[in-house]
Parts: sequence; C-alpha cells; structure tokens
Amino acid sequence: MKKLQNITNKLYPTALLLFLLLVWHMVTETGFVPKFMLPSPIDVIRAFINSFSELMQHAAVSLTEAFGGLAISIVLAFSIALLMDRFEALYKAVHPLLVVTQTIPTVALAPLLVLWLGYDMAPKITLVVLTCFFPMTIALLGGFKSSDTDAMNLMRAMGARKWQIYRYIKLPNALPGFFSGLKISVSYSIVGAVIAEWLGGNSGLGVYMTRVRKSYAFDKMFAVIFLIIILSLLLMKCVGLLERRAMPWRHTEEERN
Amino acid sequence: MGKIKLETQTISKSFAGELIIKDININLGENELVSLLGVSGIGKSTLFNVIAGVLPPETGHVLLNGEDITGQAGKVSYMQQKDLMQPHLTVLDNVALPLFIRGVNKQKARTQALSYFADFGLEGTQKKYPIQLSGGMRQRAALLRTYLFSHEVALFDEPFSALDAITKNAMHKWYLELMGRINMSALFITHDVDEAILLSDRVYIMTGPPGMIAHEIVIDTPRPRGDQFSVSEAFIRYKRQIIKQLSS
Repeated sequence: MKKLQNITNKLYPTALLLFLLLVWHMVTETGFVPKFMLPSPIDVIRAFINSFSELMQHAAVSLTEAFGGLAISIVLAFSIALLMDRFEALYKAVHPLLVVTQTIPTVALAPLLVLWLGYDMAPKITLVVLTCFFPMTIALLGGFKSSDTDAMNLMRAMGARKWQIYRYIKLPNALPGFFSGLKISVSYSIVGAVIAEWLGGNSGLGVYMTRVRKSYAFDKMFAVIFLIIILSLLLMKCVGLLERRAMPWRHTEEERN
Repeated sequence: MGKIKLETQTISKSFAGELIIKDININLGENELVSLLGVSGIGKSTLFNVIAGVLPPETGHVLLNGEDITGQAGKVSYMQQKDLMQPHLTVLDNVALPLFIRGVNKQKARTQALSYFADFGLEGTQKKYPIQLSGGMRQRAALLRTYLFSHEVALFDEPFSALDAITKNAMHKWYLELMGRINMSALFITHDVDEAILLSDRVYIMTGPPGMIAHEIVIDTPRPRGDQFSVSEAFIRYKRQIIKQLSS
C-alpha cells in the first residue's frame, strides 16, 4: 500500500512537469514565441549534449568552490554555534551581527570580494561561506539550546563532564536541525558560487553563463540552468542519504508510524 | 533497620529569597525503601536535587556512608518521572550510559549492562531504540540505568506517575519482586499515598510551605506483601493516618 502511494505521490509532479515541457515545446515549435528568444526543450537538450565536455569542465570549478565553501561553512557553523551556546555573553553579542550578515545583498558584495581577493577561487569561496554558514549555525544553535534540561541534569548527576553532555545530549539533539540547515546550504552553495563567478573570473558555470548570454546562445544558457538545477537536486539527495545514515533512530521512527 | 546508608542533616534551601525547604533531617538504611510523601510543589524535588548533588544547599549536609557528599554529583543515582531515554541511543547504550560517563570501555560497559537485561525483564530490547518500547518497558530500562549508575543508593522522583493505572500496578509488583532479588537502598518521592504505603518500609510526610518533615510512619507489614495487602485493614489504617497528617 505504502509503495503504491509513493508511486502516485511521484506521479503527480512528474505529470505536471511533462505537461509544462509539452506546453513549452508547442509554444516554441509553432513559432508563437520566436526561437531566438526562447529555445525549445529539444534545442536545450541538444545544446546540453553538444557542449557537455565544456559544461563539465566549468561545473568542476564551480563544484570545487561550492564544496570548499561548504566545508569551511560547516566547520565555522559548528565552532560558532558551540561557542555561542557555551558563552551566553558571546551569544548576546554575536547573534544580532549574524542576522545582519544575512541582509547584505550578495550580488552587491561579490564585485567587492573580487576586487579584494582577486579573480581566483578565494572570493567565490568567501561568498559561498557567507551565504551557507548561517542556516547551519542557527539550526545547530537552536538544537543545542533546546536540549532537555532534565536529561542534562541527569547527566550531571551521573557526574558527566561538559563535553560528555555535548556528546550525548546536545549534539544528537542538534543533528536533525543541522541536516535541515545543510540541505538549504548545499543548494545555496552552488548558486552562491555561480553568482560570484558572474562578477569576475576565468572559469566556472557562472563565467560560462555570462559568456553564452553575451553571444545570445540561449539554448546553452538554458542548458547551464538545467545543469545547476540537476546538481543542486543531486546534492540535496546526497544530504538526505547522509541524514538517514547519521540518524538511524529517526529512520525507525518513520517506519513505525 | 540496618546500617545507615544515606543521611541528610538540617538541609535548607531557598529560591529568590523564599524558603523552599527547611531543616530536613532524613535517613535511609541499607536495603531500605523510604518514601517522601507530600503535595506537589512542597519542595520534594528540590530536596532530591540537593541530595543528588546537582543543587547546593544553603545549610546542612548530605552524608553517604558517613562521608560528606554535599554538592557532589555522581554519588547517588537518580531516576525521574520522565524516563529520559536518549532517542538517538539504542536501549543498551542508554542503559550503559552511566558506565560510558564513568569512562568504562564501551564494549565492557555494554557487556556488563547486558548481563542485567534478563533480571530487569528487558531481554530482546537491547538493539531497539527507545521509541520502539512501551512506557513500562522504558521505565524498566531507566531503572536498570539507575542501578548501573550506583548500586548504593537510588533516588526516585515519582518514577511511575506518568504511567497509566494498569501499567503502574504491574510496575509496582515487578519493582517489589525485583527489590527482593537485588540490593538497593532507595528513596522515593511521591504524592501517591497508596504507592508510598505499598512500596515503603518507612514514610516521611512533608508539609509546608516551607517544606518540612512533619511525620514519620513505619510500615511494618513484612515483605513480600501480597496482592491482598492493598485492600487489607492495615493498609486502610495507614492510609487514613497519612491522609490526616498530610492535611494537618
């Protein structure tokens, strides 16, 4: 029964997607919208195949930046969240600043970062970090702070040290939130890298995008967009798998319900 | 009563300038089960936190085997109404947690914990997660965790009060039967008069505020106390006496 439901659950969005693709196809093939303004889905697929090796080269660069930034973000998120949870004064001082960093428009910041840090990967990774660390930090901090006081008292009564309370109570309590944050962050990371590349650089999907846009090769432009979507979805899926591996107890919970 | 395991001497504690408990003197003998009975909010849990060493008292001392352990956590074990099983650990790891904290090698801790599973009626649950267990089973696991924490003295803060009446009855029976097999001195907090009479050797009655020990009653019906005890005349007599003292 459950399997059947899974299939129907997937059926609806797939059907809608196919329908939209069909509408798109009809609109362009009939000449309702001229081809130089909107390429047909077939054209996009063709462009994707023809420029595949080029796309992959640029994707490798963008992914390296995204992963680099993500890795730094994770380390940063854990460190900041731990320190903020441990020292109340730090929490009060830093929390509003953290929120402010999220209101800075990244598109405006990117050219400055390029100016300061050059045309290599450094400004891109910095931008990825700036967009990615926040959701994870907040999620982790929320998890630490919402840990059960009674459970921690019991641990203390058992003679637990501070790190043992983190190890057995606070970190596990923060994991579900961390993974939700990570899911948001992986999709941000690729978009962040691409935006940074728009505004200066020699390679990467963003650079490629600007290049094909300037030559009005809209089919290739769409091919890049689709590649970014596919990459983001794949990464989110990976995080989902990782989440299941990291939290087997949630898995049994789901099965039971 | 045998040797005195645990003793409190003139313990007082206030919060925000308000005296919560005053001059508490109680003691607990070896293998004895003593209840602390009082209405909610009288300061029973405060006293327990002081004895457990999580809360420092304003005045007074806590002695374990004659040694001053005031303000020291980890000396006496502690169990609450909430089972406080960690959802991310298997039942076995939850039970072995006090051993992990003490720094016992994980494999050794698990083997030691597992050797008690049959005694505590937990066979076959070791690999499960707490969510997969019933409330009664979780309390059993919590009790084993308490036992592994310290065999000496255990504090119970309304351990069965979150269970439904039928499960609670079964747990009382199981608990009494278990206590016949293992050695553990236990101090019970409860606001359930029946539970206090059924399980205890002695009952302290706390009134207030501020919370003070008003009376001490010895329940001298020998163990094992059969099913009939809770409807016996002696039981009713104790109950009448306690209810009167609680309201005075």
